[in-house]
Amino acid sequence: MHDTVPTQVRTVQITRLAGNGRWKMPTGDRLISLLLLAPSVVAIAVFIYGFIGFTGFASLTRWDSLVPDFSFVGMHNYVVLFSTTRFQIDLRNTVTFTVLFLVCCLSIGLSLALMLDRGIRGEGVFRSIFLFPLALSFIVTGVVWRWLLNPGSVQLGSTGINLLFDLLGLGFLKTGWYTDPRIGIKAVVIAATWQMSGYVMAMYLAGLRGIPEELREAAIVDGATGFQVYRHVILPLLHPITLGAIIILGHISLKIFDLVVAMTGPGPGFSSDVPAFFMFDTTFRGDNFSQGAGIAVIILIMVAVLIVPYLLYSLRAEAQP
Amino acid sequence: MFRRIRVLTVLSLLLIGAIMQVGWAGVARTNKLEIFSWWTAGGEAEGLSGLFSAYKRQYPNVEIVNATVAGGAGTNAKAVLATRLTGGDPPDSFQVHAGLEIEKYAPDRFLESIDSLYRSEGWERALPRGVLTLLQFKGHYYSVPVNIHRANVLWYSKKVFADNNLQPPKTFAEFFQVAETLKAKGIAPFVMGDKEGWEAGHVFEVVLIGVLGADGYRGLWTGKTAWTSPRVTEALNTFKRMLTYTNTDHAALTWDGAGQYLIDGKGAMQIMGDWQDGWFQSKKFADYGWAPPPGTTGIFDALSDSFALPRRAKNRENALNWLKIAGSKAGQEAFNPKKGSICARTDCNQSLFNAYLQSAAKDWQKDALVPSVMHGAATIESWATKYKDIIALFVTSGDVARTQTALQAACKDAKVCM
Repeated sequence: MHDTVPTQVRTVQITRLAGNGRWKMPTGDRLISLLLLAPSVVAIAVFIYGFIGFTGFASLTRWDSLVPDFSFVGMHNYVVLFSTTRFQIDLRNTVTFTVLFLVCCLSIGLSLALMLDRGIRGEGVFRSIFLFPLALSFIVTGVVWRWLLNPGSVQLGSTGINLLFDLLGLGFLKTGWYTDPRIGIKAVVIAATWQMSGYVMAMYLAGLRGIPEELREAAIVDGATGFQVYRHVILPLLHPITLGAIIILGHISLKIFDLVVAMTGPGPGFSSDVPAFFMFDTTFRGDNFSQGAGIAVIILIMVAVLIVPYLLYSLRAEAQP
Repeated sequence: MFRRIRVLTVLSLLLIGAIMQVGWAGVARTNKLEIFSWWTAGGEAEGLSGLFSAYKRQYPNVEIVNATVAGGAGTNAKAVLATRLTGGDPPDSFQVHAGLEIEKYAPDRFLESIDSLYRSEGWERALPRGVLTLLQFKGHYYSVPVNIHRANVLWYSKKVFADNNLQPPKTFAEFFQVAETLKAKGIAPFVMGDKEGWEAGHVFEVVLIGVLGADGYRGLWTGKTAWTSPRVTEALNTFKRMLTYTNTDHAALTWDGAGQYLIDGKGAMQIMGDWQDGWFQSKKFADYGWAPPPGTTGIFDALSDSFALPRRAKNRENALNWLKIAGSKAGQEAFNPKKGSICARTDCNQSLFNAYLQSAAKDWQKDALVPSVMHGAATIESWATKYKDIIALFVTSGDVARTQTALQAACKDAKVCM
């Protein structure tokens, strides 16, 4: 799941290597490295790009049962998809989820990192505590948060967070969480943020440690206040980290599936449904393979819109001496 | 450096070789029987193992592989099965709802007709006519039914009804009266758990039967009753009003989670299939009553689990014997009392069954039979799935006009409505 970026970067580098200069029979180490790379190049060509191509092709056919039917129907599946209520809701949910998830993770991660970077005592302990959720699978996170955010009811009493509100005398804060169609996917954001913000914190912390102490000192000598040091020296230097975090979190959130399945399912009125879940439903439960392929292509395009600019940017940065 | 890489390459090649050996060993023919189903919980799993022991008694040398995939109404299992069938690695026999659900598996291509078994085993005499009609697809039989479930049952807490001097409602008017009384007492009048989406479709199917009657409901799936008719509007409005009496956490619960309300005496009524009977028993809860839901007295909304024979089954002989056992009196008597369903055959010994199942078996003999849509009997899977999604959306939107338009469109997509 987290490997999309490195894989693509790797292939791009391979093609660059292969395209360098005149072709000579490689010898020694070079031959070995080419031989060792070959299987994965072939595997990636077939199992990633080959299947992307096949999925794109399938989405233009009439394959809507277990028996493949490759008669060409053009954009018909996409027209149907975009007029399906469930898919419209899904797209809205994806945008809501991605934006909220990115904003929450980045802001919480950055604040935690900045606080830990002040050299407080027991930093290692805190760092581990914030990082631990990352070690869980989304399935576990989903189940735990399903219990925590269970709405409870008048007759059977409150549970989880609602119970906590009751005990603290904050009963008016109780809501239906993921069972309330107005909240829906936003409840999933809470769980996802809980899991991933520690990771963002670790990235920022690494970035902060990479900033030479001299820069801060120079700024202070020049008369900058603490806030100005952060605003004009530290934060600009953290930009590459932010970009990296957006890429990693963004492609997770656009493809999110396991967390939603474990935590809420499609939710009341599809309020927590996501395209990936709809794709699974359509393809493997509804046997509508062509429409499922259409959803997959749309997800791929969304991820590409996020990642391709980053790839181009990093390639250009690499090319510069 | 060079040396180490060479050693590593050789090692990894050896490893790959070893793994492939294991792979080939797995394909080797043995005397096995792989049965695919979604029966993993409580009584269901017990029923299945009852059927397994009936098989073992006759064929002790066959090793049974129990391939189950958990998930209500088989939603996950069907996804796995689809890939196995298309991938050319079918199980020896698999569970499928009797009825038009079989269309999903493209019988001409992936299944083997078992008409000859029906003749040699005399099933055409042992099974009721209604079930036989349900099982035929383009004039052929593709699966053997092991049981009959009833989808339209109103389960109620005897204690709640006795405390409030109430009778189970026979009409929707009575239902709303009862619900109003109970609501005032702080009891959840009508409990529902629709987390998985199909449960709402299940309840609405029962409401449709209650409002339109047996013939009207049947006609919806054959094109004789129009989805645009004012009576469908009435059913939607009735369902919408029923939803105002549900527990607030219905979207967080599955049907069995909702059943806890009845056990705790905090909820009064629930519409669910008769697998609820088995679930109550597994919870050691006895203080429940049952009645036909409003408007459905004398109508039996049926579904049936059956086993089919895929083409290219690896152990075809064993699978044929399995189907014979599944359709036999001994097999069904071993399976059904534990599963909490009645026999598909008419000659089972009734003393093996509990009070509810005996009453269901009596109704089965005399009631009008209608096929369940949410459980694969009434129509093809793609239409049933659309119906499910439309009703799940309706539970939160409450938009009657839009829902009715969508239901009509789904009927058109299935090429049943013009």
